[in-house]
Amino acid sequence: MKQSLFETRHQADWQRFTSLLDALERGKADRQASQTFAGEYRRLCHHLALAQERGYSSHLIDQLQLLAMRGHQQFYRHRSHLGAQIIAFVLGGFARLVREEWRTVLLATLMFFGSLILMGVLVYVFPDLIYSVMAPDQVSDMERMYDPEARRIGRSERDAGDDWMMFGYYIMNNIGISFQTFASGLLFGLGSLFFLLFNGLTIGAVAGHLTQVGYTETFWSFVIGHGAFELTGIVFSGAAGLKMGWALLAPGRFTRAEALRLAAGRAVQLVAGVILFLLIAAFIEAYWSSMTFTTPLVKYIVGAGLWTFVLSYFVFAGRGAHAPD
Amino acid sequence: MPHSPAPAIQTTPVPGTLLDTRFHVETPEGIDLVMRPAGLLVRALAFAIDLAIRGLILGVGFFLLSLLGQLGMGLGAIMFFLVNWWYMVLFEVLNQGRSPGKQYMGLRVVHDDGTPIGWAASLTRNLLRFVDVLPFAYAFGILSCLYSGTFKRLGDLAAGSLVVYRDTALQRPPLVAAEPLRAPFPLSLNEQRALMGFSERQAELSAARRQELAAILAEPLQVPADQAEHQLNRIASGLRGPV
Repeated sequence: MKQSLFETRHQADWQRFTSLLDALERGKADRQASQTFAGEYRRLCHHLALAQERGYSSHLIDQLQLLAMRGHQQFYRHRSHLGAQIIAFVLGGFARLVREEWRTVLLATLMFFGSLILMGVLVYVFPDLIYSVMAPDQVSDMERMYDPEARRIGRSERDAGDDWMMFGYYIMNNIGISFQTFASGLLFGLGSLFFLLFNGLTIGAVAGHLTQVGYTETFWSFVIGHGAFELTGIVFSGAAGLKMGWALLAPGRFTRAEALRLAAGRAVQLVAGVILFLLIAAFIEAYWSSMTFTTPLVKYIVGAGLWTFVLSYFVFAGRGAHAPD
Repeated sequence: MPHSPAPAIQTTPVPGTLLDTRFHVETPEGIDLVMRPAGLLVRALAFAIDLAIRGLILGVGFFLLSLLGQLGMGLGAIMFFLVNWWYMVLFEVLNQGRSPGKQYMGLRVVHDDGTPIGWAASLTRNLLRFVDVLPFAYAFGILSCLYSGTFKRLGDLAAGSLVVYRDTALQRPPLVAAEPLRAPFPLSLNEQRALMGFSERQAELSAARRQELAAILAEPLQVPADQAEHQLNRIASGLRGPV
């Protein structure tokens, strides 16, 4: 078939397809009109293959290729049932993912909590060690924050506006840090290791120092609640980074690029869980941990409850035979 | 010589293929999608535009929120977080792969297989921007972009994403009316395409250049050199329509 005959025969098809694409791209497609889309898209692909095989002119081929490309974009666009996905992820997907990635999670846990506990004990036993981790004025700032004399923790007088300010600050600071911990894992895991150890050492030193100077009650009752979400969040973002780094170091049977792509796909899901956890942590930290009209005992009980909840979530959630979908 | 596996990217052009950066993806429908990956400069410009827009948003936002006191500072921190980490992700996923800068420069982000970018890939490539920026001024990103055959920075490599040019609608080229003529000898597919391409691209070439190109074929066509161009147009017209 000559090109001109081919064009006149199918021009109407292509025009109809083009107008359908225009409507879809603007997001204003008619439901009824779109029902034929799959068929028309396949026919267009068929025409393109024919045109290439028969050696029609490059203008016609380019034009069909452009239509095929636009059709492909619409046909394969991701249907994100974002709400349903998030619910399924929260109800069990995240816990399953963490259990499947237990190796990197365990490694990150050991790195972070290991350095935290070690540093905490060391600073408790050798109080001067705090000054090798923090500057003296930082130490005194911190002591003032947790001084039992202060009525409310964090600032001496806090109102709702303060809570808002701290909430925003915690979100920006903590989630930003966890993103950095994750992303720097791309440097063969070194960045994640650094951030895990650095944060572990700092937090450990602070905890050890404040316990040693006797601010036990103010400090521990403040951190125990949101710590359940915040510390696990940091560990998981480190684990996500380590996973990427490990894929680069030991790609197995894949090429390094392919191994990285696969690992990053799973790692970013961990990061999604971390975002969720740190949002919860910021909320608790700003609105619950800083409250002073509850007794420390209530704080400890609630904190223990939150830790139990988080741990049992990762142990038990998502173990049903078939997750609801 | 140590044995090395076949390289994934052809570094020397195979005879008969042109040196170009177009990226082919075979689809389930059995056709090849052709995409043109965007290079370093145009991507840097798009990023600069986005950077300016973000700066503007933050500047105006902080000014307005500073009137609100403590609440404003909290909201400002949240706004900074959103603009810093989520600006690109939200635009790319919700606006068909185009942040405002990319839109202005005619670019778009897609998955490696040509499908529109989703949440996971967009989040990955934009979080890993943190590493691309290292150790200074996007050095890792630039090196990776220049080294990779499809101009990917590290974030793109990990996310499996690609920044490509958006194709714009094509104009039908003006065709020279010529009496259709059957080719004096059978033409291969590539020769057919070349002939039709020549007649379609008339308007882009100067008269002298057209003459010069056509004269190369004067001998096999058995016509004087000055008539070769007309002869080629006639054959192209014969290939297109009835003889």
